[in-house]
Amino acid sequence: MSTTDAALPALPSGEPPRTTRPGGVFARPQTDTGWRSWVTTVDHKKLGIMYGTAALFFFVIGGGEALLIRIQLATPNGKLLSADLYNQVFTMHGTTMIFLVVMPIGAAFMNYLIPLQIGARDVAFPRLNAFGFWCFLFGGVMLNSSWLLGHAPDGGWFNYAPNSGVIFSPTHGIDFWNMGLLITGIASLTGAINLIVTVLNMRAPGMTMMKMPVFTWMALVTQFLLLFAIPVLTSAQFLLMFDRLFGANFFKTAQGGDPLLWEHLFWIFGHPEVYIMILPAFGVVSEIIPVFARKPLFGYPFMVFSGIAIGFMGWGVWAHHMFASGIGPISVAAFSMSTMFIAVPTGVKILNWLATMWGGKLKFSSPMLFSIGLVTMFTIGGLSGVTHAVAPADTQQTDTYYIVAHFHYVLFGGALFGFVGGWYFWWPKAFGYALNDTLGKVHFWLMLIGFNLTFGPMHILGLQGMPRRTYTYKNGYGFNFWNMVSTIGAFVITVSFLVLAYNILASRRKARKAQGVGTGRLTMAADPWDGRSLEWMLPSPTPAHNFDEVPVVRSLDEFWHRKYGEEEDGRLVRIAATEDVVQKGTNTDVHLPSPSYWPIVLAFGLPFIGYGLIYSLWFAVLGGICVVGGIYGWVMEPSVDPDAGHHDPEPGATEPEPSGEAAADEEAALVD
Amino acid sequence: MRRLRSLTDIAAPSTTEAGIPVAVPDGESHGLSHATSTGISNEKLAMWCFLGSECLLFGGLISTYLLYKDKAVRGPKPHELYAIPFTSVSSFVLLMSSLTMVLAVSAIQRGDQRALRAWIATTALLGATFISGQVYEFSVFLKEGMGFTTNAASSAFFTLTGFHGVHVTIGIVMLLSVLVLSLRGRLPQERAEAVEIVGLYWHFVDVVWILIFTVVYLIK
Repeated sequence: MSTTDAALPALPSGEPPRTTRPGGVFARPQTDTGWRSWVTTVDHKKLGIMYGTAALFFFVIGGGEALLIRIQLATPNGKLLSADLYNQVFTMHGTTMIFLVVMPIGAAFMNYLIPLQIGARDVAFPRLNAFGFWCFLFGGVMLNSSWLLGHAPDGGWFNYAPNSGVIFSPTHGIDFWNMGLLITGIASLTGAINLIVTVLNMRAPGMTMMKMPVFTWMALVTQFLLLFAIPVLTSAQFLLMFDRLFGANFFKTAQGGDPLLWEHLFWIFGHPEVYIMILPAFGVVSEIIPVFARKPLFGYPFMVFSGIAIGFMGWGVWAHHMFASGIGPISVAAFSMSTMFIAVPTGVKILNWLATMWGGKLKFSSPMLFSIGLVTMFTIGGLSGVTHAVAPADTQQTDTYYIVAHFHYVLFGGALFGFVGGWYFWWPKAFGYALNDTLGKVHFWLMLIGFNLTFGPMHILGLQGMPRRTYTYKNGYGFNFWNMVSTIGAFVITVSFLVLAYNILASRRKARKAQGVGTGRLTMAADPWDGRSLEWMLPSPTPAHNFDEVPVVRSLDEFWHRKYGEEEDGRLVRIAATEDVVQKGTNTDVHLPSPSYWPIVLAFGLPFIGYGLIYSLWFAVLGGICVVGGIYGWVMEPSVDPDAGHHDPEPGATEPEPSGEAAADEEAALVD
Repeated sequence: MRRLRSLTDIAAPSTTEAGIPVAVPDGESHGLSHATSTGISNEKLAMWCFLGSECLLFGGLISTYLLYKDKAVRGPKPHELYAIPFTSVSSFVLLMSSLTMVLAVSAIQRGDQRALRAWIATTALLGATFISGQVYEFSVFLKEGMGFTTNAASSAFFTLTGFHGVHVTIGIVMLLSVLVLSLRGRLPQERAEAVEIVGLYWHFVDVVWILIFTVVYLIK
């Protein structure tokens, strides 16, 4: 019942219907190859790959900044960076890694996988999806352009008031931080709306909420967190921007401004933000571990509900970032308690991963190794996190390297390990060739060792009292040895990622040679890992239209159950060959959303409005023209490209139902 | 065969859903326009999500005002200057615009284009009256010595009410777009939901104003 057999409506004269096309340079783009296809694409898979690529680009920048920090701190009295430059480097390292690396890598996975895992052909709003990507990219570029335009932000990624005001930070750095992150915030907001609607509304027949893969579930929770957390940051950034650019009095202590207001607003955003970064990675390993243990995920409902619990409780713990700021004993006690409680659902997840592996036929391929890396490293980070919940201890640890150690264990040891595992796991699905497993294992062990060498010693340094955000330290405090170890570790991590880069190039070259396709398109088997969820039903790489035929879902791990059944004694038995249950990707008659120029045009104007507010309003006029033009073109663009090769739906095929009936349906459908 | 997208239609369902034979598991057919898993159209669900997000934006700004309302090192505090009768009248005007919005939605659901245009125009006019009142109020405050940069309380007041004013203004632009679409015949009865979604936004902006009027103007 697709549109394949819907005939084009003919005019009475029998000729095909006349079409009008918007002309000029903005004629609706047609091509699906070459650079234009990437600039104008609305395909969630291409956008996912673009998110990942852009995040890797920023990862190189943020990683370079990390190396600068480590070289500076390798020996006492480091001379590489001045205090001022050091402030900029650590601020940009944190901001880049959080907003331009970990979040977008999560977005890459979510964009690519959500529609595939729920059996949809695309996201709910394809052009909005493209708009989100371009906002993220241009916002990130604008933020980093501060390096070239004089002075980067220097207030830390948290930009505490009043240090972030014009008095203490008179350069434009923090204005760039404000503008850049307001623009990436638009990306997060539109992405959240889009993906929430996609998950709730675009599921394949039979795909009830409790049959969705755990990755999709965690992505949904993440998007809800983004939906509600980002506007709080936005409001705080507007206040700071008005202070800095228009002379408002929000954070000026002489005018009665309250620095704690910033801390509260920032951390009400900032704490959900840490779950925004980690939950997608939890989702990734929840997909990988069952595949390589050849067992269903242990306690699926617990996995789902602990994720939801984290999503809710994540809103009640923000002030544990502020124990040293004098918020009073009652607040401290309350937030101590809630912080200890939030370790419970996280512990449930760790237990379930272990129980999934327990008694399974474990296969230690690279994705599995990285997933186990997440489980172990995140547990260490989680335990040091619980020590922060003990307020008296936390006041000692505040602003020391112990904190730095903790959040790198959860964000690098947690999120990044999970995501890298996800790359190895879904690489064949996205690119049509597998990464070399031996090199993957080399990458894993180097990264694991380098990571622990870098951040393990920071626990010790922190407990010895080494302050963070300080550009150097003196000889004789006992900091020398572990700092040197830490710097060596940072270079080991660098080498491990060079191995990954080599792996990507070498594996691709080898696959090309093996398939004899020159520079053409690589393809490989649909289901290289004996996977469980719907995306493995599709050819690798995924065809533009995703599903030839939208699957009807009957159970959790639908694809697995199409391959395997159970004998009476519960033993696994194959009921169908993989080749027989995967789709061929040969359907060429699926109606797809047409590409569009307008998302990039609209997003392109936004940084210029930012530059305009910082420098001269003339830039803002230019940016405004771009934005208004983009909106106009977007709205006026026909929803269906009249010249596209695919069939339009018949006019009148979209007769709406009476609204009363729709309301009744809503209720019925929501209970699912 | 060129069809324009409706105002709020960022990706017409036809583009993404037409190819997907989504049937409800029990085999009940929903028809194409409601072929979503929840039965709520993508556009409406998206608007609800967006409004949920807006709650937090205004939550941040309202909290800021509550924290700062008495913080004035120099210059008058906002609540020394409020003209409650005047603001009550303009609040009433905005409230009434919600009623006319409802009537507009009901008109297009009946397919009554003439009533739709009348009520949409009335709603936009009431909204514009409210905005004019706000501009007048701001100019009076400015004359009485309370500008945006005067003190922390005034910064918080102008930021909060200014953000709300911008939201109303965007709502007016949406209403005028609906009016133009209707006049050009691009808003048939089947697209009633587009007007309904604009209405959702408009009611939200009204509800926020009730909150602002209460906590900012009425509570000392």
